[in-house]
Amino acid sequence: MNKDIYILGIETSCDETAASVVKNGTEIISNVVASQIESHKRFGGVVPEIASRHHVEQITLVIEEALQLANMEPHRLDAVAVTEGPGLVGALLIGVNAAKAFAFAHQLPLVGVHHIAGHIYANRLEQEMEFPLLALVISGGHTELIYMKEHGDFTVIGETRDDAAGEAYDKVARTLNLPYPGGPHIDRLAHAADKAVTFPRIWLEEGSYDFSFSGLKSSVLNYMHNAAQRGEEVAPAHVAAGFQNSVVEVVTGKTMRAAEEYEVRQVIAAGGVAANKGLRHSLEAAFKAKGIPFYIPSLPLCTDNAAMIAAAGTIMYEKGLYGTMAMNGRPGMPLMSWI
Amino acid sequence: MTYTIILNSPEETEVLAATLADLLEPGDLLTLEGDLGAGKTTFTKGLAKGLEIQRMVNSPTFTILKQYSGRLELNHFDVYRLENSDEDIGFDEFFSSEAVSVVEWARFIEDYLPKERLEITINRQSEQGRKLTLHPIGRRYEKICRELNL
Repeated sequence: MNKDIYILGIETSCDETAASVVKNGTEIISNVVASQIESHKRFGGVVPEIASRHHVEQITLVIEEALQLANMEPHRLDAVAVTEGPGLVGALLIGVNAAKAFAFAHQLPLVGVHHIAGHIYANRLEQEMEFPLLALVISGGHTELIYMKEHGDFTVIGETRDDAAGEAYDKVARTLNLPYPGGPHIDRLAHAADKAVTFPRIWLEEGSYDFSFSGLKSSVLNYMHNAAQRGEEVAPAHVAAGFQNSVVEVVTGKTMRAAEEYEVRQVIAAGGVAANKGLRHSLEAAFKAKGIPFYIPSLPLCTDNAAMIAAAGTIMYEKGLYGTMAMNGRPGMPLMSWI
Repeated sequence: MTYTIILNSPEETEVLAATLADLLEPGDLLTLEGDLGAGKTTFTKGLAKGLEIQRMVNSPTFTILKQYSGRLELNHFDVYRLENSDEDIGFDEFFSSEAVSVVEWARFIEDYLPKERLEITINRQSEQGRKLTLHPIGRRYEKICRELNL
């Protein structure tokens, strides 16, 4: 029997300050998230300056709480895993520096994790991964289809060419005067709508797994603009439903086609937009019909958290992929395979 | 002196931006203003093509900055989320580097911008059509505009 591995995960790439202790990459011992969404609401979006200040205020408290809840002495940990990138530079730096200080003080290996690898590995905390695997990572900053032959092997087969899906949701929500974050409000309005405006589906060239949401966003803006010029009332629910229908159809369609072409044994979704009910139902129904196993982690593991960073970090730790004390936050870090 | 160009499609915007890219040198700064959906990211994609950048250039709204390498380095900023904020993420260092910098929604960081720059404004004329206004500040940028032969 191998010795159990305990990893402390730290995540500060955007607006959550999070720390977690995970056992063997699959079992959450503690998972603490301090969210700043409340303080960002009145500005209609994340304010990075506030984000950085909150991270500074929260980071040691959150780490302490994660260790306390796990009843874990630092010397019993095997490594510290931290989100190295991508994200807001000021926000990343706080997590990276906290992780470096902790690792140095307790003489632990330091592991730098890509935020998207974390989102994918969130799944492993609830359901063992089966390869080959297709991951749809869909959030405020990302919309990517990633093919994995095995652990740590990432091939990005499609990505957004302009806005991320969550960003399009937030921007459309803003034009509809909905509160931040806009995604859940559009989802809710769309769900209750009795009619939907027809907006284009942006499929791009045949066979492409890339996404584009900027054109859809422009169509919504044009629709609002034209209605205003004609002095017509716009029903926000109809716009929300039309917008969401377009996003859901294209995302489901491309994910399904990729799963079939790459003959994967499992499809997983991750990221904040994966919590969208409309998208969730559509993906679940489509994969059920095809008989391909499909999983979405539960909501707290879909949105940003540190357990996912610890989960991904566990495999990197096992492979001996340690960072050094020169580690820095990397806002534009590309997703690279660990092999 | 300002220069005005009418562009009839997103493709024309990309071509103009790629042409402009050929004239850029290390350390040049362009600012981009225009409403949501005006085509600021489209413009930057064209510029990146002109700079021979191979990677996908997509919206940096979420992370505020994305960096790319081509014939020259490119810093692509979108400071949309810095509205109501006076955060300095180290702009000085970025603007004094060898990279070309493009800043979307530049007015939100007015205090951190070097005086000399090429200000570009994109206005919506119709669903596809855009009016581009170039306002060079400083000799370096006046020269670029003259070389564009508009």
